[in-house]
Amino acid sequence: MKYAAKRIAMLLVTMVIVSFLAFAAFSMISGNAAEIMLGTQATPERLAALEKELGLDRPLLVRYGAWLAGFFTGDLGISISYKQPVGELIAPKVLVTLCLSVLSFLLIAVLAIPLGVWSARRSGGRLDGVRTAFNQLCMAVPPFFTGILLTWLFSTTLKWFTHGRFPELGTDFLGALKYMLFAAVSLAIPRIAMTVRMLRSTVLEEMQKDYVRTAISRGNDRAGVLYRHVLKNALVPVVTFLAQTMAEIVAGGIVVEQVFAIPGLGRLLVASISNRDYPVVQAIVVILAFWVVLAGTVADLINQRIDPRLRLGGGS
Amino acid sequence: MKKKLLALLLLVSLLGAVLTGCGDGSTEKAPEDGQEPNGSTSVSTPANEVTVGIAQGLDESLDPHKAVAAGTKEVMFNVFEGLMKPTSTGDLIPAVAEKYEVSDDRMTYTFTLREGVKFHNGDTVAAEDVVYSIERCADTSEGAPLVEAFSVIQKVEATDDRTVAITISEPSNEFISYMTTAILPADYDQQDTAPVGTGPFKFVSRAAQDNIVLEKFGEYWGTPAYLDKVTYKIIENADSLMMSLQSGAIDICSHLTSTQVAQLGDDFNVEEGTMNLVQAMYLNNAEKPFDDVRVRQALSYAIDKQGVIDLAFDGYGSPIGSSMYPAFGKYFVEELSNYYTHDVEKAKSLLAEAGYPDGFEMTITVPSNYQPHIDTAQVLVEQLKEVGVTAKIELVEWGTWLSDVYAGRQFQSTVVGVDASNMTARALLERFTSTAGNNFINYKNADYDALFAQAQSSYDDAEQTALYKQMEENLTANAANVYIQDLADLVAVRKGLEGINFYPIYVLDLSTVRYVQ
Repeated sequence: MKYAAKRIAMLLVTMVIVSFLAFAAFSMISGNAAEIMLGTQATPERLAALEKELGLDRPLLVRYGAWLAGFFTGDLGISISYKQPVGELIAPKVLVTLCLSVLSFLLIAVLAIPLGVWSARRSGGRLDGVRTAFNQLCMAVPPFFTGILLTWLFSTTLKWFTHGRFPELGTDFLGALKYMLFAAVSLAIPRIAMTVRMLRSTVLEEMQKDYVRTAISRGNDRAGVLYRHVLKNALVPVVTFLAQTMAEIVAGGIVVEQVFAIPGLGRLLVASISNRDYPVVQAIVVILAFWVVLAGTVADLINQRIDPRLRLGGGS
Repeated sequence: MKKKLLALLLLVSLLGAVLTGCGDGSTEKAPEDGQEPNGSTSVSTPANEVTVGIAQGLDESLDPHKAVAAGTKEVMFNVFEGLMKPTSTGDLIPAVAEKYEVSDDRMTYTFTLREGVKFHNGDTVAAEDVVYSIERCADTSEGAPLVEAFSVIQKVEATDDRTVAITISEPSNEFISYMTTAILPADYDQQDTAPVGTGPFKFVSRAAQDNIVLEKFGEYWGTPAYLDKVTYKIIENADSLMMSLQSGAIDICSHLTSTQVAQLGDDFNVEEGTMNLVQAMYLNNAEKPFDDVRVRQALSYAIDKQGVIDLAFDGYGSPIGSSMYPAFGKYFVEELSNYYTHDVEKAKSLLAEAGYPDGFEMTITVPSNYQPHIDTAQVLVEQLKEVGVTAKIELVEWGTWLSDVYAGRQFQSTVVGVDASNMTARALLERFTSTAGNNFINYKNADYDALFAQAQSSYDDAEQTALYKQMEENLTANAANVYIQDLADLVAVRKGLEGINFYPIYVLDLSTVRYVQ
């Protein structure tokens, strides 16, 4: 229980720190929302009037305080650019990004772990060099490029999906999933390759250890030892790595969403930064921070399940 | 044990969040959307609708009196109308008004409203709506009026149900041009997010950074739109936009580059218009060495406009020589385009005269989100090398450009395109008068100011036009900026569609677009 309380406290502190940093960074870059909205039509009088209307004439800390107070009472504010409540504005985008991230993560988890074990078992085999080279290639190709290739192949040529016609998540969920699958694949490929390589090396490393030799010398077969003992030990760093992946998928998704014209958080975040639309940026930043911390927490909990030595105060 | 439980709980709640998260969307979004799922699976929909690709976010208020971005106006042109509206040939025709009369002292405009003009919410346009709309734009209680030119308005009065009289403080030839300002229903406060106007299309919905949906307005007073529905799909990424054109998701897309057009394939026709921008290397006239007219002239001789157009734009584009573009017709002075012919020797001797025999170093600030301007700047850098000027490109984000270059005037030179907010020469030329708040190049020329004052007090159209032309000549002769071109506007239109008309302002009129029978 103490552990959970500590975690939740950490989560809150992280989010507040992140939100303040984002706020502060925002006020340091030149150009404010009013200037950007008025663009080349700006005159000093109109600018002053608009800044007043948007509340941008208040000092930084006052604005941050107002935002924070709103946040804790569930009011994310009104978007400066869209004049819409931030919650209403980002909710559909959060869903899209969440689905894309989860889809991509499932692909990674489901494919990478068996592939990694298989790759370790086959190490030293005839095609090992080819496999490693292919793996390196997969790691090196950036998702946006894979995305363009996949679009060219499956949309332009094969017409399996229509690029630019993303089905409404609510009305055609399966259609949307199908569309997102291509983006999820391009996002997952380098991460799968990295996970495979990592798992392969940790498994191979574990296989050299004394307890493995002992287990085998006692008559256990290699496969049994691998699944019963080695994998458990080898998985701990991989789970931690997958947690980071969870965070990085969201970051990578910002680019991939644009390649596939998927209306997720990415595009909105980038545009809101350009527009200095701080209520939207703050909300998205906090969601991302929450996501990252949550992934870390879940990874810790899973690792504690796998490896009892990691359990805090587990002995008492 | 507790920890195991906790772990399990967390896992389950995470999974639950994920599943319900995705699932929720299906129930939650449905009523909001309301429409049928517009045939998202079949490519060749028989439906009478098009999808227009736009590369700009439209991330601002949709209230036509508050929206400033060219991209927003381009879309909302289809939704709103003023008492008058512009035509593709650059004229003004009555819209919400049926006719107007100008008093003998030229200070009172009396508009008679057209009978039976309806707002998209079903209400009939009444004189009070017009009074409300005009007064809203002229209101100075917040400091400055929403439409600056409305500061001349003294009184707006509904003389009866269908007549509105507007009195201005001094006669003006251009006042009527500002009457294109949208007429909105009085007492409606949702314009920011759910705009209501009188145009041929009505607003249906907007999804931020995703799309804007318009539908044909059945009770439109004029020639109705041919299309039943228009979806603007926002795709800012250029590669992604191309792929959507090729996949069949997008039917019409303006402002393409020549390279993009070359990749289009056989499914599209390409229409060529002009962007209606004055693209130039704008020089900070207050900054050394550009405070010297000889240096500015030298740069004008040093660059080769046609070279820029050929190299960076595959030959699409119209060379210009002053702050005016061809679509303006009567104000455009074509000869000025050839005032400075590409002449390296002359440029060098002018530089030597000005005290820079070995050239100098300069910075060209370019907003990073406008590829055509970046491409232009790159060609300019090469051309300037020939006369010994070493230019370096500095890319800045648009917001930074607005605040540092445009508002702050902290720059040496910048390559951008300047547009006109309405169809008057004043919209392009007033900014270079010494006291103009938006004179970001710090141009100060007494003759120019005098000509502008004279033009403003002239009530004879021919005389005023002549004065504006003299102002353009003044800008050219003094090489206020290194003028380059009006960019070509290349529009991809799916075969089977027709009726695209180009306007002298930055709009895309979809009411005339139709499928060929």
